[in-house]
Amino acid sequence: MSDSLFDRIGGETAVNAAVDIFYRKVLADDRISGYFDDVDMEKQVAKQKGFLTMAFGGPNNYTGTDMRKGHAHLVERGLDDSHFDAVVENLGNTLKELGVADDLVGEVAAIAETTRNDVLGK
Amino acid sequence: MPKIVFEDKHYQSEVGESVLDCLIRHNVSVNYSCKSGVCQSCMMVAVEGEPTPGSQLGIRETLKRQDHFLICACVPETDMLVAVPDSIGSTFEARVISLDKLAEDVVRLRLVRPENYDYLPGQFINLTNSEGVSRSYSLASVPELDDFLELQIRRVPNGRVSGWVADTVEVGQVVTISQPSGQCSYMPGREDQPLLLVGTGTGLAPLMGIVRDALRQGHHGPIHLYHGSSKAEGLYLVAELTDLEEANDAFYYQPCVSRGELTETSQKKLRSGRAADLALQDFANMDGWRVYLCGREDMVKSLQKKVFLAGASMQDIFADPFVFSERVSSEKVDSEKVDSAKVIQKVDAT
Ligand SMILES: Cc1cc2nc3c(=O)[nH]c(=O)nc-3n(C[C@H](O)[C@H](O)[C@H](O)COP(=O)(O)OP(=O)(O)OC[C@H]3O[C@@H](n4cnc5c(N)ncnc54)[C@H](O)[C@@H]3O)c2cc1C
Ligand code: HEM
Repeated sequence: MSDSLFDRIGGETAVNAAVDIFYRKVLADDRISGYFDDVDMEKQVAKQKGFLTMAFGGPNNYTGTDMRKGHAHLVERGLDDSHFDAVVENLGNTLKELGVADDLVGEVAAIAETTRNDVLGK
Repeated sequence: MPKIVFEDKHYQSEVGESVLDCLIRHNVSVNYSCKSGVCQSCMMVAVEGEPTPGSQLGIRETLKRQDHFLICACVPETDMLVAVPDSIGSTFEARVISLDKLAEDVVRLRLVRPENYDYLPGQFINLTNSEGVSRSYSLASVPELDDFLELQIRRVPNGRVSGWVADTVEVGQVVTISQPSGQCSYMPGREDQPLLLVGTGTGLAPLMGIVRDALRQGHHGPIHLYHGSSKAEGLYLVAELTDLEEANDAFYYQPCVSRGELTETSQKKLRSGRAADLALQDFANMDGWRVYLCGREDMVKSLQKKVFLAGASMQDIFADPFVFSERVSSEKVDSEKVDSAKVIQKVDAT
C-alpha cells in the first residue's frame, strides 16, 4: 500500500505550514469571517490544526457526532452550504499556494466533502 | 453529566459547565480571577479523570505532565477528582522597596526580589491582598539589570487589589506573590527581526521589560514601541523612554493619545490617534515581524487579528490581554449574548 494522503502531503509539517495561510484566508473572507469573529485566536489555531489534520486524512479522534455538536451553534446562526463551499475553496487555495499537486488537493476536498452533512447538521 | 469530586465532596456538573463554574455554583470557595484561561490562578491537578486539552494551553510543560489544568477552561468530559496542587500553591514573600505615582492613576510598586526567584521580563505574577484576593500584574523589571521586581499598577475604581495597593500598602510592608508565569517574553534568536510592541495603559509594564531585555540581549533589528492612553496625562515614563530611544539606534518610541486634540504645548513626540491604529498605519506589511500586544483585552484581541492579517505569523504574535474579573457572573452572560447577536447581524449582512 502506498503512504496515506496525510503522509504524502507532508504530515504535521504541512499542517503547520498551512495553518497560517488557511486561517488568514478565512479571516479575510467576508462570506465566512463573521463566524470566526468572537473565537479566541490562540485557541482557534489549535482547532484549525485539528481541522487541517482531519481534512488531510491524518490521525484524529473526531467523530461525526463531534462535528455535529461542534458546529451546531453555527448552524443556528445560519451556517449553510455556501459557507461550507467557501471553506473548502479556501482550503484548496491554501494547498495550491503551498505547491501541493492537484490530485492531492482533490483528495483533500473529497475528505472534507464527507463531513458536509454532519457539519451542517443535515 | 460528569461529577466533580473536590475535598471529599461530590458535585454534579451541568451541560457545558466548567469545573470552576460548577464549584462556584455549589458555593465552594476556590481561587480564581480572569475565568478566561489566562491568569492561571485557578490551576488545579486532576487526580482522576482527564483534563480537556484546551484547559492545559499555556501551562508549563512540567506541570502539564503532572496533570495540572485550569478549571475555568475545562468542561469535563469524564468524572474528575481534583485537588489544589502543592507545587503551584507555593508563594513568596516580598518586601515593598518603593511606591511611586507614575501618572494620575498609575503606581509603580518595587519589591525585593526573593532569593532564587527566576523570571523572564514580561511574565506576570499574582499579587494577593490582605483579604486573600489575587490579581495578575506584569513584570517590568529585568533580572539581569534590576535587583528588584517592578510592577506598574493602574488603580481601577473599587478595585480590590489595585485599590489596596494604592491606598494601604506601605514601604517596608511584606506582600505575597506567586511564581511568575506567562509566555509574553523576549526569546533570543533571530536578532535582526523587526519587533512591534503595542501597549495601552499599564500594558506598558511587560513591554518595558521586554524592550530592555531585547536590547540587553543584543537585538539589532528595529524595535518599535507604541504606548497608548486616552489622555496625555495617562502616559508615563515618557522621559525615561525618550532617553532609552536616544541611547539606542534601533529603538523607536511612540507615545499616542486617542482622545482630545493635541495642543501647541503638548510634547512634540505625541501623536494623536489610537496606538493600535497608528502602528498599523505605519507598518502595513508585517510579514516577518515579531509582535507583542499588552493591555486592554479588546485592543489586544482585535490587533492580534489585524497584525496576523497584515502578514505576521501566528507563532510570532505574543499577546497578554489584561482580562479582568467580573464582579457579577451574570454580567458575562449578558455580554456574550450581545456578542453573538453582533455576529448574526454581520453574517446576515454578507
Ligand atoms: C496576564 C495579566 C496581566 C496583567 N498585568 C497588569 C499590569 O501589569 N498592570 C495592571 O494595572 N493590571 C494588570 N492586569 C489587570 C489586573 O490583574 C486586575 O484585573 C486589575 O488590577 C483589577 O483588579 P482589582 O482587584 O483592583 O479590581 P476588581 O476588584 O477585580 O474590580 C473592581 C470592578 O472594576 C471592574 N474592572 C476591573 N478592571 C477593569 C478594567 N480594566 N476596565 C473596566 N472595569 C474593570 C470589575 O469588573 C469590577 O466590577 C493584568 C491582568 C492579567 C490577566
Ligand atoms: C469543511 C468541513 C469542516 C470540517 C472538517 C471542520 C472541522 C472542524 C474541527 C475539527 C473543529 C475543531 C473542534 C474542536 O476541536 O473543538 C472545528 C471548529 C470550528 N469550525 Fe469547522 N469544520 C468544517 C467546516 C466549517 C465551516 C463551513 C465553518 C464556518 C464557516 C466552520 C467554523 C468553525 C468554527 C467557528 C469552529 C470553532 C468553534 C468554536 O470554538 O466555537 N467550520 N471545525
